[in-house]
Amino acid sequence: MPESAQLTACGAIVAPVGRRAKVLAGITDSFSAGLGIFPFGIALGLLVMQLGLPWWVAPALSLSAFAGSLELLLVGMIATVEPLAAVAITVFVVNFRHVFYAFSFPRHLVRNRFARLYATYAMIDEVYAVNAALPKSHQSAARILAMQVACEIYWVGGGLVGVLIASLLLGPIKGLEFALCTLFTVLALDAFRSRRQIPSVMLAGASIAIALVVAPGVALFVAMLIFVGLLLVRYAIDRHHTGRSESA
Amino acid sequence: MPETTYILAVLAITFSITFALRAAPFAVLGTLQESTLVEELSRWMPVGVLGILAVTAFRGSVVGLPGTAIYAVPALAVTIAVHLLCGRRTLLSVTLGTATFVSLVNLL
Repeated sequence: MPESAQLTACGAIVAPVGRRAKVLAGITDSFSAGLGIFPFGIALGLLVMQLGLPWWVAPALSLSAFAGSLELLLVGMIATVEPLAAVAITVFVVNFRHVFYAFSFPRHLVRNRFARLYATYAMIDEVYAVNAALPKSHQSAARILAMQVACEIYWVGGGLVGVLIASLLLGPIKGLEFALCTLFTVLALDAFRSRRQIPSVMLAGASIAIALVVAPGVALFVAMLIFVGLLLVRYAIDRHHTGRSESA
Repeated sequence: MPETTYILAVLAITFSITFALRAAPFAVLGTLQESTLVEELSRWMPVGVLGILAVTAFRGSVVGLPGTAIYAVPALAVTIAVHLLCGRRTLLSVTLGTATFVSLVNLL
């Protein structure tokens, strides 16, 4: 599919111009992510209260980790007072995937030093994912930062709402976390721009299949490692081929 | 009931490791910015990473609510169909797909 047709299909032919438009675009980007993040935050707040921890653990965890699945794990670990070394290893393993985001996260667009620190700290799955699905010309510092701030507000806000719900003893809505699955699926569809992506999709499919069989508990981490490993092999094979065709 | 100092230590450890994992690769990449390897990886990675995130999120939802796999499959089909047929409006696709799952789980 030609790039122009793709952009029309996305419903945004023209990249946002001007700071205001970019910030608005970033906030708009955050809505679909927020549908997944906000209920996740509520779940976190509920769990904190259910395990009898002080209410401020919910917002404090959200600010210090800013990574959904990890926080739910940590709440359980805090409640049972796991050794700090176990906490450190868990954080390392669960969040290790962020190491790979640097390859394709356009942090270089953010020029201001402090803003850049914030952009690094707030490089969560959802922000990485939404940005990766955007055409290059639509990416900008203002858009990234606006989305990050909005997502952090949803996270912390969701946690506080969860705490509130738990103290009022209302039941949560079952199944809302499915929003995260639909979001990542939709973004994967958008990132699939041409047939040239087929090898990547197949390698990713193989990676997650192997990871789910070998290590279902840490499937995300293992799948990322295998995927990057396979991409490195692909790169080596590509180089080998182009090297040969050049010399032929 | 854990002590406050213990909780604060957990928070400090979490923040340091998470930030280091997010920041360190950029420091290394600074010197690799021009390399073809990084360029190729940045082109190849997004679609695969998003696919992996989608699968693990799917599994997380289904494992979190046992017996809901039969609802998750049609809900995902609705998400994909709406996205491809209604002009790739992310918020619309996510809302309708999630609403399908939530309704099936809570009403059936």
